[in-house]
Amino acid sequence: MTVAMEVERLSVDVRTPAGRVRAVRDVSFTVHSGQAMALLGESGCGKSMTAQAIAGLLGPVAEVAGGAVRLDGVDVLGLDPASRRKLAGPGLAIVFQDALTALNPVYPVGTQLAEPFRIHEKLSRRAAREKAVELMDRVGIPEPRSRLNAYPHQFSGGMRQRLLIAMAVALRPAVLLADEPTTALDVTVQAQIMELLAELRTEQRMALVLITHDLAVAAEQADHVAVMYAGAVVETGPVAEVFRAPRHPYTRGLLDSVPAAGDRGTRLRSIDGAPPELADLPSGCAFRARCPLATERCATERPPLAETGPGRASACHYWKELADG
Amino acid sequence: MTGKASMLSLLAKDRFASAAVVVLGFIALCAAVGPVLLGDLAVEQNLRAVNLPPFSIGHGWEFVLGSDSLGRSVAARLVVAAGTTMSVAVPAVLLSLTVGSAWGMWAGFSGGWRENVSMRVGDVILSFPSLLLAVVVLYVFTPSVANLIAVLAVARIPVYLRTARAEAAELRSRLFVDAARTFGTGSGAIIRRHIAPSVLPTLLTVAAVDFCFVMLTESSLSFLGIGIQPPDVSWGLMVAQGRQELQTAWWIAVFPGLAIVFTTVSAAMLAAWARVAGDPGQRWRLTLPRKERISA
Amino acid sequence: MADPVTAPAEPLLRVEGVTKTFRVPGRSRRGGLRALDGVDLTLGRGETLGLVGESGCGKSTLARVLMLLERPDGGTVRTAGVDPFALRGKELLAWRRRIQMVFQDPYASLNPRLTAAQLIGEPWLTHRDIVPPERRAARVRELLELVGLRASDADRYPQEFSGGQRQRIGIARALALGPDVLICDEPVSALDLSVQAQVLNLLADLQAELGVSYLFISHDLSVVRHVAERVAVMYLGRVVESGPVDEVFAAPAHPYTAALLSAAPSLDAVREGSRERIVLKGEVPSPLDPPSGCRFRTRCWQAEPRCADVVPPFEPAPGGPGHRVACHLPLSDRAQATEHALQ
Repeated sequence: MTVAMEVERLSVDVRTPAGRVRAVRDVSFTVHSGQAMALLGESGCGKSMTAQAIAGLLGPVAEVAGGAVRLDGVDVLGLDPASRRKLAGPGLAIVFQDALTALNPVYPVGTQLAEPFRIHEKLSRRAAREKAVELMDRVGIPEPRSRLNAYPHQFSGGMRQRLLIAMAVALRPAVLLADEPTTALDVTVQAQIMELLAELRTEQRMALVLITHDLAVAAEQADHVAVMYAGAVVETGPVAEVFRAPRHPYTRGLLDSVPAAGDRGTRLRSIDGAPPELADLPSGCAFRARCPLATERCATERPPLAETGPGRASACHYWKELADG
Repeated sequence: MTGKASMLSLLAKDRFASAAVVVLGFIALCAAVGPVLLGDLAVEQNLRAVNLPPFSIGHGWEFVLGSDSLGRSVAARLVVAAGTTMSVAVPAVLLSLTVGSAWGMWAGFSGGWRENVSMRVGDVILSFPSLLLAVVVLYVFTPSVANLIAVLAVARIPVYLRTARAEAAELRSRLFVDAARTFGTGSGAIIRRHIAPSVLPTLLTVAAVDFCFVMLTESSLSFLGIGIQPPDVSWGLMVAQGRQELQTAWWIAVFPGLAIVFTTVSAAMLAAWARVAGDPGQRWRLTLPRKERISA
Repeated sequence: MADPVTAPAEPLLRVEGVTKTFRVPGRSRRGGLRALDGVDLTLGRGETLGLVGESGCGKSTLARVLMLLERPDGGTVRTAGVDPFALRGKELLAWRRRIQMVFQDPYASLNPRLTAAQLIGEPWLTHRDIVPPERRAARVRELLELVGLRASDADRYPQEFSGGQRQRIGIARALALGPDVLICDEPVSALDLSVQAQVLNLLADLQAELGVSYLFISHDLSVVRHVAERVAVMYLGRVVESGPVDEVFAAPAHPYTAALLSAAPSLDAVREGSRERIVLKGEVPSPLDPPSGCRFRTRCWQAEPRCADVVPPFEPAPGGPGHRVACHLPLSDRAQATEHALQ
């Protein structure tokens, strides 16, 4: 199993009216070729910003404050913009949630799909269009040749997401970042898109980083999961193991919040309160105010993300107690 | 953050808005007491002091801003003209603002044929050159101040009508308006509670800029002899009269022109400030120093 | 309102054959967008009915019809035997009190210029006699506490609250008139998972305490299974299946329900290992040009020629009582559904 991408202690700062705020704090994870890694968390936890930092797409108010993202042993954060652009496509590609705004409305989709081949592989216009037809066929768009000249708004939501995925995988990237790729889609279409992503992953030995808030999507699609809370990873490990026996109270709380079969009429065990403001994080563990296990130690000592077993890690002082009872 | 006290302290934090308040307050003061105190001075001719340049008090303090071709004090005329100008521009703007915004909000909120008819009426008024309209009306009727106000107001109604209609039409489909409907709230109450508070700040900003337009239109009409009638004087009339002597005595036209600019800019700044201060979601911005506000 | 004598059999809310077509520019009235095409539903007192379906199936339009925000083209709506569309003036206002709505988007449904207290008290400005003016401030505090907020939150603006807290304000506002029915249009889909659980718990508590009925509209099957006793599944403007939640989820009779249940990602997959999944071909057809006969036939794996010719009637399903389905070839159990799909 080859390592496709290694993210090491990545931190991102955001400038706000109240000063600089650390939105992503020392995030580390590794993805292997052909595998899927889910970056799981609720809104504002920093998962999307992590993806943007990796892809070099941070907005003007955010900047990388430290860490490394290694693709093939090269730290892409240290590259100049030109070499970084060269990597976009064959090295690293990204799929966004909102397929309508991610496609340019004034160009036919054929032109947009052919663009990566024209730029990176210097193909002729005709050859690039042939490649575009192949791609559209591959991602399951019916009658691709006749729809080359159609505009994005003429496609349905699911088809647009397919087009976006086609553009992203055109140059067979080593790593594909998918930021909530199916959140805007209906359940039956979501299933189709997830199936497509899984196929492409095996076919192209592509590593997938799936950014999602949906536990079930993570459970079904990913091999590994990193759970984020208030800008930091609080637990990592193989999905099945983490979901079966969570070793962080936040992961446990999330799992308990999902309504399960046969518990109608019972109260859901929700997590009390709301996530803290990033500008105003509590001392010690960021989760302690909402945590049933919190003690005085949690207020003074910030728990590091520490190994708890083969391939697993948790940022909780009391993960053993959680596992036992 | 509630009450007048905190609004005042917010205002004090914004240097530009405070300056605007001071300027507008000064103009209002001039308009109120100027004609009483300086009314005679403004029409007093002094043929020994014709076209005196400004910024010298050799001929007395009243000529600090120079004198015109009849030797009248520009400074005194400016102060007196403030009263005339304001008594035309303020009612005209308020009238068109009130009628135009009420009409526009109603049209935008109702939609359908009411909206269409209103917009076409607005288009007709707007496509008819407002100056021409004014000329026709003021030739037919007597050129009194009341008629002048009415003509200026009617000509500017479409500006508010269009803005109010566009904003109301957008707000009409907002979820919180639907929510109000589900309580059984009537259209009038929805416009009052939900549409007007959101639309008025924008309209105030438009009105502040329109202030300038109304003053200039008034000056054109006065120049044509159908606006303010001498011996009354307005800033617009002063600009118009001073235009012929721009090469020999620039100050006669430039100072009233500056007065118009200062008034308009101050009104616009105050309106912009009020727009932010009146919005609970934006108000916090005013508590920041101005530099950070722009980056945020 | 002349209080009608309610027969015990008469449900709180009965919808029969409701149709709604929206005019589309450039098309004739008949070629318009058929958002609702003969919808039947009933909702009993103190009951929760789940309404599921994908975007464009008409579930939000139905909610708007029930709130009288849209007027249906055909069919009847009855609340306790009364047709709300025939009411005027005071009677209509009195009716409005009985049915209120919780909106999906807690950001857009609260006017950002009003404080929490003004928002919650807004219905009283129209219904002046419900709470006397001098009691209103106290009643706002009670409602705030009822939905789990602090009485001291009354003077804060919506943007000072988190999404979950805003939804609580929306719920408090809907309760201000003391309704019998709450139409909840995707009340938790804009919320984070942990907050979603809090709001679902709140809705359950309120039902136990106040005895309100919920029409709970959601695309999230696990949420519907948790809150609802009965469920209705919509597809392209029609209810294709309805019945007790446990039965419909365990043994869906309509192929669409089976596909929907199978397509929804679920944590159980991890707990029980991988499962077979029905992945439907294609997407929901446009409501501008729906298929003839059975609306689902273009995506159905067992469609026959008659599915294109004859609209399947909404009939009792092979399973238990109260379970109805609109399909010529209803599935008898879930295993069969999966089997068919995999062939």
